[in-house]
Amino acid sequence: MKSITKQKDFEAVKEILEPFDRIFIFGCGTCTTMTHTGGVEEVAEMCGKLQELGKLVTGSTVVPTACDEVTEEIMKQHGQAIENATAILVMSCALGVQKIASYIEKPVIPAVDTLFIGVEDTPGTFKEACDQCGQCIIGETAGICPITACHKGLVNGPCGGTSNGKCEVDKERDCAFTLIYNRLKIQGRLDLMKKYHEPKNYHVEPRPKVIKVS
Amino acid sequence: MAKSSFKEALESGKFVITSEIGPPKGTNIEPMLHHIDLLKDIVDGINVTDHQSSVMRFPSIGGCLAIKERGGEPILQMTCRDRNRMALQADLLYAYTRGIRNVLCLTGDAVPVGDHPTAKGVFDLDSSQLLQTIRLLESGKDMGGNDLNGSPEFCAGAIVTPEANPIEPQLAKFEKKIEAGAEFIQTQAIYDLENFAKFMEYARQFNVKIMAGIVLLVSARMAKFMNNNVPGIFVPDHLIDELAAAPKGEALNTGIRIAGRMVKQLKEQNLCDGVHIMAIGKEEVVPDILAAAGIQK
Ligand code: SF4
Ligand code: SF4
Repeated sequence: MKSITKQKDFEAVKEILEPFDRIFIFGCGTCTTMTHTGGVEEVAEMCGKLQELGKLVTGSTVVPTACDEVTEEIMKQHGQAIENATAILVMSCALGVQKIASYIEKPVIPAVDTLFIGVEDTPGTFKEACDQCGQCIIGETAGICPITACHKGLVNGPCGGTSNGKCEVDKERDCAFTLIYNRLKIQGRLDLMKKYHEPKNYHVEPRPKVIKVS
Repeated sequence: MAKSSFKEALESGKFVITSEIGPPKGTNIEPMLHHIDLLKDIVDGINVTDHQSSVMRFPSIGGCLAIKERGGEPILQMTCRDRNRMALQADLLYAYTRGIRNVLCLTGDAVPVGDHPTAKGVFDLDSSQLLQTIRLLESGKDMGGNDLNGSPEFCAGAIVTPEANPIEPQLAKFEKKIEAGAEFIQTQAIYDLENFAKFMEYARQFNVKIMAGIVLLVSARMAKFMNNNVPGIFVPDHLIDELAAAPKGEALNTGIRIAGRMVKQLKEQNLCDGVHIMAIGKEEVVPDILAAAGIQK
């Protein structure tokens, strides 16, 4: 499982950093390293670009996993450089950005956009696999999640737009229900295609979602 | 409350004819009213599309009210793309009180294919769940389990794409819609009557009225475009050739003839319970299609 991100347009980063002249940069050694959006190289590149804009980069680091507790420790080690900065630019997914923001009062600014939580499908290709809907039905859909694999998140079968097994929004993408049908067929469970699914409960765990594990 | 005249027509066993209009983008409803006047006395029901192809327009329910006001029989197309279950139920209650008695339940096209591609697609319900919801409201309850003070009664329908590929997932959904309470089915455009006859052999086992979708072809180019770009549409070569062979300026008339001929064959061979004629943008020729089919009301 990985948090899939893409770098923001540099122009957008430039705009939001406009009021700040001293920047500390965080990268992440896990997800954004793998997607080349916030690893060692990208952080170095960002340092260069900000310096070209005339900003002072007070320091930078690539933490092992930005969303982890260890981040707080690492932040302490960079205490002075962070102290010298007027804003913190974070090149991890939004989980890491929020973790860092929770430890510090200074403005913390994301340099990447978080797209989805994905699994590696084929080498280098990540696909969204779960929307954390709180009512998992993939036991009846051959292990394929229609909430994320179908553009419309339908659960009762294909819409009228499916064509040659592809989705109406993009001829390159599979229609979830062709995939589900094919796999249920192999499993000898095609009767499940005809099972009616009731309207979903969108508030299994109402937002803001918080769970306490004892 | 009396049955809808469309439902009566379906139950009478006659060959039922419906057609469809698309509301305007804007407040100029004159062309729509003109189409309503043209159609209202020659068909058994007029569908009003609901932001078809995810293009924002004057609402379907507004078009249906206009049909009612002018003495026609509206079929309210309702997609699940733009409204959650509360708004859908509310619109159904309102529609009923204004004399709209027929509803065609659709999932709705995807948002990114339309003209507001960054909008949120709702899809709180899907077409089969919307059908169930109609049956629930009729029983005097809403989806929250509450009692209604006065309940509606609808003739509810849905669609199917007989030429879908692969067909099996499509048919599973089709059966779910019937199970959920669909009384009539309007099909996606069909052009190959042999394929359609095969579909009907299967569909006849269900207690549901099937109306074949007839989309007017206006040129060989349009036919080829649809083959390549519209999901679940297959125009056979012989029809494309027939359109291509039409003398300059005659392609539309050829298209009218083809549509009329298909309606006639479907009726004479008793292949289905009726037809749904879609003349997308050329509503004024629907009377000509019916004349070409030898149908007079
Ligand atoms: S149904 Fe899909 S979105 Fe819901 S929990 Fe299962 S995998 Fe996640
Ligand atoms: S084509 Fe398939 S995947 Fe795409 S929206 Fe329709 S049902 Fe969902």
